[in-house]
Amino acid sequence: MPKIKMPKGTPSIDMTPMVDLAFLLVTFFMLTASFRTAEPVTVETPSSISDKIIPENVLMVTLDKDGRVFFNLSDPEARKEMLNDMLGKYKVSLNQEQVEEFSFMSTFGCTMQELPAYMKTEAAKRAGFPTKGIPTDSTNNELLDWISFAAKAAGNTGRTAFEAAKAKGADPKMEDFKPKFILRVDSKTLYKDAATVIDVFRDLNLNNLNFVTSAEAIPVN
Amino acid sequence: MAQIAESGGGDHGKKGKKRAKKGSTHVDMTPMVDLAFLLLTFFVLTSTFSKPKVMPLNYPAKVPDGEKVDAPKINNAATFILADDKVYYYRGEFYSKSQPGKDGPTELEEANFGSGENSVRKLLASWNDYVIKNKAILEQKLDKKQIADTTFKRKLDDLTKKPEAVKVLIKTDDKALCKSFIDLVDELKIANVGVIAPTDLSPGEKELLKEKN
Repeated sequence: MPKIKMPKGTPSIDMTPMVDLAFLLVTFFMLTASFRTAEPVTVETPSSISDKIIPENVLMVTLDKDGRVFFNLSDPEARKEMLNDMLGKYKVSLNQEQVEEFSFMSTFGCTMQELPAYMKTEAAKRAGFPTKGIPTDSTNNELLDWISFAAKAAGNTGRTAFEAAKAKGADPKMEDFKPKFILRVDSKTLYKDAATVIDVFRDLNLNNLNFVTSAEAIPVN
Repeated sequence: MAQIAESGGGDHGKKGKKRAKKGSTHVDMTPMVDLAFLLLTFFVLTSTFSKPKVMPLNYPAKVPDGEKVDAPKINNAATFILADDKVYYYRGEFYSKSQPGKDGPTELEEANFGSGENSVRKLLASWNDYVIKNKAILEQKLDKKQIADTTFKRKLDDLTKKPEAVKVLIKTDDKALCKSFIDLVDELKIANVGVIAPTDLSPGEKELLKEKN
């Protein structure tokens, strides 16, 4: 009797194209993804039509919805210089390791007295650090010192970077290397609180500020 | 390719006769594919495409202590007052009840952030008509390559400083939120207002505001 052969086993599907595509996408997303560093505050920024991308060399003051003030300087080199100036002025000491760690941190917010304890806290737990943020009141205006030292330090590193770019033969604009002053506010922050910080900037004669916003479509008339 | 390899260890199949296994190059790719998709899902979900944007805003320089500077006369000014969750505005200069101007004392009008009647957007579009019209002409010239990009920017800048262009003062109440402030500045930028000055409330305005609430 002739035997009819039935196909046995699992039907095989050629998965190659699918796998190719999957890896292509993985590679794409891996290369485009930019990871956000852990931030001690979550801020929901308002939206605007502005399409200016946040610049490189920035000095950023963050205000959360309770009006607590946080600070960030993007350049690690400048951060170290700024921290040393601050430690000297307020007579607070940190060990070498902590200074090193500080220079690679992102946003932080505490008084100078709290700083050693803040640095001892594990990075992941800093969000819960009990603090009122950086003081801005006129009797103890630490923010003013942070900003003025940061502006000086970032100005120096910006100039070095400018000179380095010039030496390479490029035709850089000094304007691109100067530190920019950014204010990141939560939608629910009281403007009064933001005005206090803005006044600190204005006291230092830094009048060109930038507000961080999320993008929004330009309305069509 | 990529099919699940059949287990060859069993005693099924033909009795006795053992065939030499044909050299198969099939590799079981399933775990790899699983992993690839897992990673893919992870990156798709975590990646953020929109980098935060910034909105530049220039504040007026502070007057040094002890120096007294009279408020400059601004022609074609509009003042917005942000209170709690409301927006008020008035045009021109402020006249208190005790010293009314030729149109009587200043009254606050209410506006909103929608796009309909009495919205900030509509108001600004009508006030800043001159700039918006001239900007359109400039844009046409730019499209036709009659003027350069830099010229366009400079001309637009000059345009917003002309007497016909509206200049806006922003004043905020203690309870105003940053959101409404940014929204307002955003509306001003949409309407091509070039001169924006955030300032403090004057005592007269504070009183007017109190009456409103």
